[in-house]
Amino acid sequence: MKKNSHRTQKIAFFFLFLATLLIVVPVGLIVVMIIQKGLPAINWQFLSDVPRQGMRAGGIFPAIIGTIYLVTGAIIFALPIGLLAAIYLSEYSKDSMLNRLIKLAIVNLAGVPSVVYGLFGLALFVIFFKFGASILSGSLTLGIMILPIIITTSREALESVPQSFREVSLSLGVSKWQTIRHIVLPNAIPGILTGTILGLGRAAGETAPILFTVAAFYLPQLPGSIFDQAMALPYHLYVISTQVPNVDEKIRYGTAFVLLALVLFMNLVAIIIRYKFRKKKKW
Amino acid sequence: MRKFKEFIIEKLILICGIASIFFVVLIFLFLLKEGLAVFNIVSPFQFLFGKSWYPISEPPQLGILPLILGSLLVTLGAAIISIPIGVGCAIYIAEVALLKIKEILKAGIALLADIPSVVLGFIGMVTLVPLVKNIFNLPTGLTALSGSIMLAFMAMPTIVSIAEDALYSVPKNYKEGAFALGATHWQTIYRVILPAASSGILAAIMLGIGRVIGETMAVMMITGNAAVMPQSILVPVRTLTATIAAEMGEAVVGGEHYFALFAIGIVLFIISFAINVTADLFLHKRQ
Repeated sequence: MKKNSHRTQKIAFFFLFLATLLIVVPVGLIVVMIIQKGLPAINWQFLSDVPRQGMRAGGIFPAIIGTIYLVTGAIIFALPIGLLAAIYLSEYSKDSMLNRLIKLAIVNLAGVPSVVYGLFGLALFVIFFKFGASILSGSLTLGIMILPIIITTSREALESVPQSFREVSLSLGVSKWQTIRHIVLPNAIPGILTGTILGLGRAAGETAPILFTVAAFYLPQLPGSIFDQAMALPYHLYVISTQVPNVDEKIRYGTAFVLLALVLFMNLVAIIIRYKFRKKKKW
Repeated sequence: MRKFKEFIIEKLILICGIASIFFVVLIFLFLLKEGLAVFNIVSPFQFLFGKSWYPISEPPQLGILPLILGSLLVTLGAAIISIPIGVGCAIYIAEVALLKIKEILKAGIALLADIPSVVLGFIGMVTLVPLVKNIFNLPTGLTALSGSIMLAFMAMPTIVSIAEDALYSVPKNYKEGAFALGATHWQTIYRVILPAASSGILAAIMLGIGRVIGETMAVMMITGNAAVMPQSILVPVRTLTATIAAEMGEAVVGGEHYFALFAIGIVLFIISFAINVTADLFLHKRQ
């Protein structure tokens, strides 16, 4: 009996291990494959030239620049709102019903399918506000999409600042906002930075929200203002993978590599900040 | 003066605090504003259960049942693959794996969550699609099955991380109690820890499935995009999300097709809302 149950355990653990391998091994393979086939395509010309010959040659420079513009715009919009929302949730909110509703709204905002954000951006920014398909519309759409990430991580960062810091400051007669501004916020900056960078990474990789709000199929010149359309890396990868026939495999892997490297680099930076902060934390 | 400034700042903070509620409502209102007009052309019943989706024929036929079934088929396939593997992996990480390996495994799974869906779609196109084509000897590998496998991978990070949290938050004395009674580690996991974490695991599964239903790019790139009633898992299908993404570019603003695509957006919004609210209830029940 005892022996039997130990054998059952061995078998069960073996299957659990197998399940884990089934996830982790393909992830490794995907990353290795993109690096192996994408890295040889990367050279200065690929990164700095415009696409040529119907995107079958040349580089991806306008797509890289477009993505940088979009991500910057998204963060300019989402960071202040997200940070103040996080301050509200962590420092001000008392009304538990409203608090609960806000948290539910954040969960839902995080769960809305990305293509529905695209529809929303089209209806509100492109058509209703008449911004047209533009960097502005795309940035605002992406900004709303990454709001939940920024609020959640910033809130965690603010809440991890010990209560005693606030109490000491308040007991010295400092007002509540001054306490937040000079005591709580400085101590939460690494966490807020982490959330911001995670949001940037998410915005850089998304395709569906920018499909109808900004993305240009092929636009060799760089955008001149926020009311211009722009190319973007994820959309460019989609286009050369499915819409344009006979694109050299090297170009496709190269584009996938640049996009993946960009997103993973930002996530890595976020992880490093978080790690360093944890080590340094004295309380 | 200082007091006044502080008053303004606090009001601003309150406004940003409720911004999330505002945006959720705004998204829903704008979907309704643009989408409800479709019901002047077809009845809600015809829209949801009509078997043909020919939005540009004259007159347009706007039945989204093939798309709903396409989404369901792909989602069901992804759920069958991702639930056992995802929950199994969560148990392994939470209970079995050694501390050092645990961190590596968690990093690997976080990595999967970070890969943009268009990159996964591209990889699926060059690896999975030819594989499915050759194994089943099909005319095309762009099938519901390929989509299911790819989406299963996209659901797993969600399932693993939330289920692992749920397993981890089971009080340690449950485990110690079971050990003291002479149960093996596996018996403890199976009889004590899993039941105690069940509502959290259920929430993990629901959120994973929510991610699958809403996923757009990868699914559009590898399911073949045929808006017909699916007959099997080995034929091309088209999902609700892919339909919007593929067709909105050609739809005329203010036309029937445009309204219909927004109405699909309403359906997706309601599905994701229902899933997230229910999952949230399960997560709070746990605490």
